[in-house]
Amino acid sequence: MVSAATLRNILLTPRGGLSALVLATVIAAAVFAPFVAPYAYDIQSLRNANLDPSWSNWMGTDEFGRDLFSRIIYGARTSLTVAITAISISVAVGMSLGAAAGYFGGAFDKAVTAVVDLTWSFPEILIALMLIAIIGPGLNSTMIAIAIAYLAQFTRLTRAQIMSLKNETYVEATANLGAGHAHIIFRHLLPNALTPVIVAGMLATGDAIILEATLGFFGLGAQPPTPSWGAMMSSGTAQIFIAPWIIIFPGLAIAVTVIAINLFGDAVIEALDIRNRLRDV
Amino acid sequence: MAFLSVRGLVVGIGRLTPLDGISFEIGKGEIVGVVGESGSGKSLTAMSVMGLLPLIGGKVKAGAMTFDGIDLLTLPPAGYRALRGKRMALISQNPMTSLDPIIRIGAQIDQMSRLHLGFEAEAAKARSIDLMEQLRIPDAATIYGSYPHQLSGGMKQRIVIAMALAADPDLIIADEPTTALDVTIQAQIIQIMVELVRERGLSLMLVTHDMGVVAQACDRVVVLYAGRVAESNGAGGIFEAPSHPYTRELVRCIPREGQPPGSLKGIPGAVPSVMDYPSGCRFHPRCPEAMPICEASVPALERKTTGLAACHLETVHAHV
Amino acid sequence: MLVFLIKRLVLLIPVFVVVSVIIFMIIHLVPGDPIDNIVQIGSSPEQKAELVAKYGLDRPLLVQYAIWFGKTLGGDLGEAIILRQPVSALIAQNLPHSLILGSLALAFSTIVGIAAGALAAIFKDSWIDRTVMTVILLGSTVPSFWLGLLMILLFAVQLGWFPVSGARTWSALALPVLTIGLGGVALVARVTRVAMMDIARRDFVMMLHAKGVPGWRIQLQHVLRHAMLPVVTILSLRIGWILGGAVTIEYVFARPGLGSLLITSLNQRDYPVVQGCLLMLAIAVMLGTLLGDLVQAAMDPRVRERST
Repeated sequence: MVSAATLRNILLTPRGGLSALVLATVIAAAVFAPFVAPYAYDIQSLRNANLDPSWSNWMGTDEFGRDLFSRIIYGARTSLTVAITAISISVAVGMSLGAAAGYFGGAFDKAVTAVVDLTWSFPEILIALMLIAIIGPGLNSTMIAIAIAYLAQFTRLTRAQIMSLKNETYVEATANLGAGHAHIIFRHLLPNALTPVIVAGMLATGDAIILEATLGFFGLGAQPPTPSWGAMMSSGTAQIFIAPWIIIFPGLAIAVTVIAINLFGDAVIEALDIRNRLRDV
Repeated sequence: MAFLSVRGLVVGIGRLTPLDGISFEIGKGEIVGVVGESGSGKSLTAMSVMGLLPLIGGKVKAGAMTFDGIDLLTLPPAGYRALRGKRMALISQNPMTSLDPIIRIGAQIDQMSRLHLGFEAEAAKARSIDLMEQLRIPDAATIYGSYPHQLSGGMKQRIVIAMALAADPDLIIADEPTTALDVTIQAQIIQIMVELVRERGLSLMLVTHDMGVVAQACDRVVVLYAGRVAESNGAGGIFEAPSHPYTRELVRCIPREGQPPGSLKGIPGAVPSVMDYPSGCRFHPRCPEAMPICEASVPALERKTTGLAACHLETVHAHV
Repeated sequence: MLVFLIKRLVLLIPVFVVVSVIIFMIIHLVPGDPIDNIVQIGSSPEQKAELVAKYGLDRPLLVQYAIWFGKTLGGDLGEAIILRQPVSALIAQNLPHSLILGSLALAFSTIVGIAAGALAAIFKDSWIDRTVMTVILLGSTVPSFWLGLLMILLFAVQLGWFPVSGARTWSALALPVLTIGLGGVALVARVTRVAMMDIARRDFVMMLHAKGVPGWRIQLQHVLRHAMLPVVTILSLRIGWILGGAVTIEYVFARPGLGSLLITSLNQRDYPVVQGCLLMLAIAVMLGTLLGDLVQAAMDPRVRERST
């Protein structure tokens, strides 16, 4: 899919290299949170509430006196886990649906397309809120809601790729040799459809981080004391006049991560020259 | 001086040099065919004359171009724009994509007379419908109000021709005007176009790869090969006594009546890519009469017994 | 055009039915007895029984849906559990605020987005293009609620130019519209820019140059006009996305509106209100999409013919 040479080309561009570095840092911080964070994320100390950023608390403390920097590092764990898990589920299910619909066509395709078109015009946030209304707030619900909210995108994209590949001669040739459906789909169609879907999935992970944060901000995502970038800002709104850093730093963390994802995604799209395949979907 | 004169035109696009010394002339009221296989630089020559090179990132690097005494190479962009459409008009290669798909046919023809002749809406419409009728478009008033996608390819090409004639130009540049059309319609459209051009006494630069069209319409012919002029002569000379082996091959390949099917021949080998042109005479790898000198030195375009040609053959024989 | 409109409306009916089924099912899918999800807290057994009878909660699901759907069409959306008012009254109070915010944000996104995208395309690779590209990147990556909070910090808290929150004055609309708008501007500007650069390469544009049409007229009268087609397509597909932005931003600015009402009710598990809000938002999205389709058909003769 992506050869070592392509990857090197991506990393050697200023945009690709810098965004990859930022992403690697965020991921490392999330994975090694207990070693990186100076304090535990849940140690409260009301004497130290709403402290300004200082040498001992780089990003200040929140209304319970918890170290904001540590909470942001642990928050990266929450955000990345939720976003990556949700999008992985979405990609896996979307690819299966899209591949089956595109390959077999007929009534099944019509049904899938109808559902996809139905959800397509609805904003992800509305779909997520609708699902949360049904399954209740929480991190697992957030994950499921995000997975379903983005399902249409991957189904549509995979279906379009399969449709355009299906008629290409090599697939026809394989079919004529008596290969089974599963063989054609898994050995010939999906590998070729994979690249654009993976890249779209990567870009959607950025959107999913924002959606997770938004739901957290509404109080519908991660529940206290689990640190989540969105939920941290939610409690911070009450302190906006006295401790604006509680809002500024988590938002900055989201913005930097999502910008890095987008820039890296752009670099990959350009290096693989697949912008056209991602269009119109 | 000729009405349109192109001398030693060199055009570069990026690091490539797709046109490498093109020279030809078109007199007032003359129809000149510019022929060659795809990739010989015919269309690029047409674009150069129209001053449209900047659109594709091209640049004139050397040479001279004059039109009715105007130096086209030093002409400022606004001045060039005023010439385009008004004094020199283009009939493009693909009528299917040359019209704006969301604007009515009529408005697209009207645009010319309104822009260049200062016509009001009513007068422009009358003129456009009159032109459409001259191009034998049936039910012109209805077509006037329709959209491009509602018309056939042949009909669209007539519209493009009407558009080109609408501002009374002096020179028309037709860039392979019929390649995208059915064979049966091709001859018909060329015939109407040539008739209208002759009637008005206009000059026509007819770019084509179809020697049959050349034979049907042209006074003189310029043969291009790989960005250079191979031969330039009157139509009679080109067909009766071609000097350049490439011209001979082109003429030999014209399908003739009574030919058994399947015997139609192309010129062996392929047109070289602009990325790596052969040294010396660029035709030498495909030339049936190639000599050692052809690979070593570039033949100049010079007067031969019948016309102008860039070939070592006669020169070498003359010295023997 | 009328035929087109009717066809599109007919196409929306199944969508509306499916959406209404999902929304109807909320009170049944939430854990617990459906009746507890719609009855006001502290109601007497008699009041409960009355509700069961009113919605036919002891009858088959399909009948219940039919009853609910009929009442909904008649404008009876039930009673709010916590807020103790008819849901329709709550929606009537909040809808105008959302409509104003949503339409202003949409207008702002469209106008500024098209202008920015067109300028970027015409002056490609200049500082204008780079600035627009940066705005596009920020607009599509910065979470809108955070942007809203930053705006409050800067303009309301630090500079004191605008009210922090609320909806009493027109100036209170400025920050929310700007906040939602940035995302919308980014979307519209990106599509406009790409479309214009794409269209500028088409044959008919070259032909327009050959016709001697001045460059600025080609850009504005032809290229931009064509670029509007994909822009309107994207807008009609993603109109709900901009309206969705309004949901988030109302909450941030503590403005009354369907979004605020929905989030508050979700947190309080006031299901009749949640259902009402979701239904109204879904209708808004569908009507927005329809509007986009109509504008598209008005602009492109090929669209009109394809669907008639």
